[in-house]
Amino acid sequence: MTALATRLSPAPSRLEALVRQIGNVAVLTGRNLVHIAREPLQLSDVTIQPVLFTALFVYVFGAGVVLPHGGTYASFAVAGMLALNLTTSSMGTAVGLSNDLNGGIIDRFRSLPMWRPAVLVGRSVTDLLTAVLCTFFVLVTGLLVGWRREGSAAGTAGGIALFLLFSYSVSWGCACLGIVSKGPESAQGVGLVILFPLAVVSNALVPTARMPAALRFVADWNPVSAVTAAARQLFGNPNPSAAIDVWPMQHPIVTTLLWSAGMLIVFAPLAAHLFARRTRG
Amino acid sequence: MIQAEGLKKRYGETVALAGIDLDVPGGSILGMLGPNGAGKTTAVRILTTLAVPDGGHACVAGFDVVTEAAEVRRNIGVTAQDATLDEMLTGRQNLVMIGRLSGLHRGEARARARELLGEFDLADASDRILKGYSGGMRRRLDLAAGLVTRPPVLFLDEPTTGLDPTSRVRMWGIIRSLVADGVTLLLTTQYLDEADELADAIVVVDHGKVIATGSAAELKTRIGGARLEVTLHAADPAAAGTLAPYVSGAIQVSHDGHRLRAPVTSGDGLATTIVRALDAAGMTVDDVALHQPSLDDVFFALTGRGAPGPGDERDDEGEPARGGEEAVSR
Repeated sequence: MTALATRLSPAPSRLEALVRQIGNVAVLTGRNLVHIAREPLQLSDVTIQPVLFTALFVYVFGAGVVLPHGGTYASFAVAGMLALNLTTSSMGTAVGLSNDLNGGIIDRFRSLPMWRPAVLVGRSVTDLLTAVLCTFFVLVTGLLVGWRREGSAAGTAGGIALFLLFSYSVSWGCACLGIVSKGPESAQGVGLVILFPLAVVSNALVPTARMPAALRFVADWNPVSAVTAAARQLFGNPNPSAAIDVWPMQHPIVTTLLWSAGMLIVFAPLAAHLFARRTRG
Repeated sequence: MIQAEGLKKRYGETVALAGIDLDVPGGSILGMLGPNGAGKTTAVRILTTLAVPDGGHACVAGFDVVTEAAEVRRNIGVTAQDATLDEMLTGRQNLVMIGRLSGLHRGEARARARELLGEFDLADASDRILKGYSGGMRRRLDLAAGLVTRPPVLFLDEPTTGLDPTSRVRMWGIIRSLVADGVTLLLTTQYLDEADELADAIVVVDHGKVIATGSAAELKTRIGGARLEVTLHAADPAAAGTLAPYVSGAIQVSHDGHRLRAPVTSGDGLATTIVRALDAAGMTVDDVALHQPSLDDVFFALTGRGAPGPGDERDDEGEPARGGEEAVSR
């Protein structure tokens, strides 16, 4: 018994510590994936919902929305569907973390000689993986309803990457929400109230040009509009926002990168701080 | 191995610990005995680095629980009162996860999980999801989870609360064999027989304070001699007066007046003397018994209250409850 105990005891070097931290994150990500495998329906917001929304919006709205500079609604809508589904599904981070923090398992983790933030990072990695799945479902459904990429393959990949970066950043904001919330239900409720308007008051579903002035101002400066415009530009799809003379719509890619970096810089340390405070006892 | 001095903790207005001292030498079992809400769980949470004390300090395996919490965690195993395993994973997946998070390599963690599942009679249930485990299986797995890294110090918070008698006895056997391996153990319990059965030393805790310490034998001697219990065929108001000359303390009379209890100094022919005295006073004796004191009596003598029996639901007021009821009933 002493062999194992002493082997664990010496303080590890910085590199060893990093390897351990990555290992801890991998173990907890694996655990989260097992949860998903056991209850695949908890993935409905990144599988069934994107398929349903994409098909519904294209067929229902597509008939009524006339794009100012031409193009089909399907080719316009797919980037918007990525925005809507990825933004709202990042709420899963809040719910998942809240579940972990309100169950007995967190005390087990806290009594282990592990890197505690791995709980947080493992959750965010899991949600990045589910975001990839969500993206896949939106694009496949898009292809079925008539969407095509009209730009280069590299540009399209870039647009997808921008979306994943953006939703990863948003999920760190949701992590903060999950940590401070009283339970998974309230995390979900508050998350929906914040994220749904954020996703909808944007250029994701309809062009902003004919919105009332106040709403249009919000929509044009909304980070969701920036990432959607950036993706439309990179996919080569119709992007009416390019005609709007505000800085974020003229520079959507840079704006998306700035927003994402900003959110990560603010929310990741904040989440780590809130998490440490919540688990200190 | 475990030392605490003047540990204090309050949650809002509730004082959970009002200054507790503990000293558990290496290789021994300390039983921390107390009713619901006495502060047992709070003490364990502090010693296992899950809570920070408001006052006092404590060392586990030579490390301070506040300033050297990481080292403490490398040397302890914890089985909390609440279920602290992942319901959605199998028994094996839980143990492997804990092993890997504790720093074992994949192969080591797997081998150790297999070994523990075998030792704890869970081999057949290894690949079942925890939701399908019985209460006893859950507790055994929880205990196994605390042993993954073979820590020298173990904390078991009410390890048998809510278990059926067979599972309890089985758990006792497992706990005894752990200490035979040289592990130092702190065990909390509200079962007097459990402390008596397992612990080398006992601290009795009430309202966040240690109210007595010693071995089970020492505690029993402290309250003096044996206890007399007489059952009369019919209640008689003169019974207590008749018994008075033969007993060494206050006489308790049951509500219906049939049963009388009192401390006595047992000696030559005491039972005969008592039966004769009662008979001479015209009372018919159904039963007379002289008991060596149980820890129950110790508890009564120390707190003036009866000790909670095994049938009582756990409800640690003043201590953070977290899914407690579920742990017992699911």
